[in-house]
Amino acid sequence: MAKIVAITGNEAVAHALRQVDPDVCAAYPITPQTDMMQRFSSFVSDGLVKTELILVESEHSAMSSCVGASAAGGRVITATSSQGLALMWEILFIASGTRLPIIMPVVNRALSAPLNIHGDHSDAMGARDTGWIQLWSENAQEAYDNTIQAFRIAEHMDIRLPVMICLDGFIISHSIERMEYLEDEEVRNFVGEFKQLNPLLDLGHPVSYGPLILPDYYMEYRKAQDEVASKVSSVVLEVAEDFEKLSGRKYGLFETYRLEDAEIGLVIVNSAAGTSKDVVDEFRDRGIKAGLLKPRLYRPFPYKETGEALKHLKAVCVLDRADAFGGSFGPVYLDIATSLYQYKKKPILINKIYGLGGRDYLPEHAELVLNELAEIAKTGTVKSYKEYISVRE
Amino acid sequence: MRKLLTLKELSKKEILLSSGHRLCSGCGAPTVVKMVLLASDYPVIASNATGCLEVSSCISDYTAWKIPWIHNAFENAAATISGVETMYRSLKKQGKIDKEIKFIAFGGDGGTYDIGLQSLSGAMERGHDMLYICYDNEAYMNTGIQRSSATPYGADTTTRPAGSVIPGKTEQRKNLTRIMAAHNIPYVAQASPSHWMDLMKKVQKAWEIKGPKFMNIISPCNRGWRSRTDDAILLSRLAVETCHWPLYEIENGVTRITFKPKEKKPIVDFLKPQGRFKHLFSFENEWILKKLQEDIDREWKRLQKESSSEKEGGSSPS
Ligand SMILES: Cc1ncc(C[n+]2csc(CCOP(=O)(O)OP(=O)(O)O)c2C)c(N)n1
Ligand code: SF4
Ligand SMILES: [Mg+2]
Repeated sequence: MAKIVAITGNEAVAHALRQVDPDVCAAYPITPQTDMMQRFSSFVSDGLVKTELILVESEHSAMSSCVGASAAGGRVITATSSQGLALMWEILFIASGTRLPIIMPVVNRALSAPLNIHGDHSDAMGARDTGWIQLWSENAQEAYDNTIQAFRIAEHMDIRLPVMICLDGFIISHSIERMEYLEDEEVRNFVGEFKQLNPLLDLGHPVSYGPLILPDYYMEYRKAQDEVASKVSSVVLEVAEDFEKLSGRKYGLFETYRLEDAEIGLVIVNSAAGTSKDVVDEFRDRGIKAGLLKPRLYRPFPYKETGEALKHLKAVCVLDRADAFGGSFGPVYLDIATSLYQYKKKPILINKIYGLGGRDYLPEHAELVLNELAEIAKTGTVKSYKEYISVRE
Repeated sequence: MRKLLTLKELSKKEILLSSGHRLCSGCGAPTVVKMVLLASDYPVIASNATGCLEVSSCISDYTAWKIPWIHNAFENAAATISGVETMYRSLKKQGKIDKEIKFIAFGGDGGTYDIGLQSLSGAMERGHDMLYICYDNEAYMNTGIQRSSATPYGADTTTRPAGSVIPGKTEQRKNLTRIMAAHNIPYVAQASPSHWMDLMKKVQKAWEIKGPKFMNIISPCNRGWRSRTDDAILLSRLAVETCHWPLYEIENGVTRITFKPKEKKPIVDFLKPQGRFKHLFSFENEWILKKLQEDIDREWKRLQKESSSEKEGGSSPS
């Protein structure tokens, strides 16, 4: 039986981790993640989990010890934000290249400089091509649900890859929301037992992890990794189906909101999607066919399905909470553009950069963007393909 | 359950690093590894920092390691094995594993004194039941003999070559063994493959001590030292006999010199056979030879004082 509670995103994810009860957790503080690992540590201190903590001296060592622990053979977690994720960067590739199903909530925060502890997506977007699976979450409920599903996805025999669960710093991590927990028993049954392939601790079968691979075979190895990535979408859907049976909550590769007959649409990840949906409703009330697409599985990116879902629109704006500097577009825009490129008839695509370093995203911003899209749909002319919004000149 | 360290007993044991690896012939590193593993009577799982030992011992699809082994990156051998050891403790606590297993990390001087120092310090402070072995060849050899903080003063390396203005390295070695001792861990030691019995005894002792242990082992590299291919043991012996590399251990804070040269040889005996010090034997660099000798004398004196004053204090290390 589900339990309804009012809690923060960090607390929700910490409880998901408690319910899964992993074997090893590496923890290091960084705002806004800190309080998630603090909460988890108190579960350890109170004997509510069997987990052994590694209280490392840096995030680099957090990810390094996760690699060791996971290869040793068991369930392994850590969590981070921003600079912490940046410091892990080197080892993120080693975790995925070694095919270790490590689970890591990332509480999204801006990157320095200038120093800023508030929510934006620069951290996880910067790590989008590290070979990790990324699940993005609009609210505490989704962050909780994604965390539980992440274990099944990561540990699936066809996949064996690490997963990041992304949730917005402060906006979700520290705001109290209504959400539903599953029972501990239900979660434990859902994730099941985990068995590492070729664990280091199996003395009967000594294995070597982390070889040098020369040009004669490196490329085949990478191709194999790409082939694994291509299987992730179907596993995500399979796990989502099982999860729906358990929770009644439906998940896909992305969420579409009033998109089927829409003419103009927004593409936006995480918490700002909630605000945007309200504004889409207002436009619908005014007879304007607006809709929205919210990516969930962002890596590997489901290009085909996303392109199919958007191709019939007249004008689309991708809102990015991170930028790719140098006159290019935001990261989500680049992926959406790629997913649409193959179609002869496709929407006009514009990009807005919003909410950096915790700048508020308000209904009026969504309204401005939708008005602009309506105008573009009507006239076919675009004033600017990329623009920062809610920013001083 | 320490086995006797006699050649007869040891010759019956399996060598756990197989031949066929691609380290240079005459390299000190595989000798160090074989001695360490030969001295272990428990099953061992090892991590290995990026460097000569690692790149040459596991090239897909082959591995020279007959024990479970993991290479993660350059600077994180300590953190990596700390993860393996923690998983072991977790599974043991859950009753999923019952064997007694020992954990070891191998890193070069670059991966230990320099880029991996934080990872090592963290793992030692956290108290993992593990042994960290630094095989110290006194430079970044795998990338082509660049200076590290373990490189001796005056040595010629590719990033501080001896030129007409700068006479090689102009900074002192870092005393990592003392830094590790300052972590107040139960066991710290220095060893050399020339004194194999001493080295293996130290490893055996380390395995009987619970908690974090650190050993620094000199490991001659004929490529970087520009010495004869078959001189690794000779040079490591000279390092000990000149007190460039004193053999000692610090057990629960008590220092004990484990080998005192009958007659302390002058440092030039160690320097002479090595091309990396060749330029020091010219007239204008004479002051460097003098400085090196003074530094060694001072450190040897300090070490003797440290070990004798502790003896007077009443402790009698075994
Ligand atoms: C983060 C990082 N920086 C640099 C390197 C390049 N690198 C690989 S091995 C090595 C030198 C290793 O030196 P040391 O630890 O002394 O081992 P040795 O090769 O001398 O045995 C360097 C600089 C790397 N692999 N990773
Ligand atoms: S370069 Fe030196 S350390 Fe590296 S394998 Fe050759 S002899 Fe050994
Ligand atoms: Mg070296």
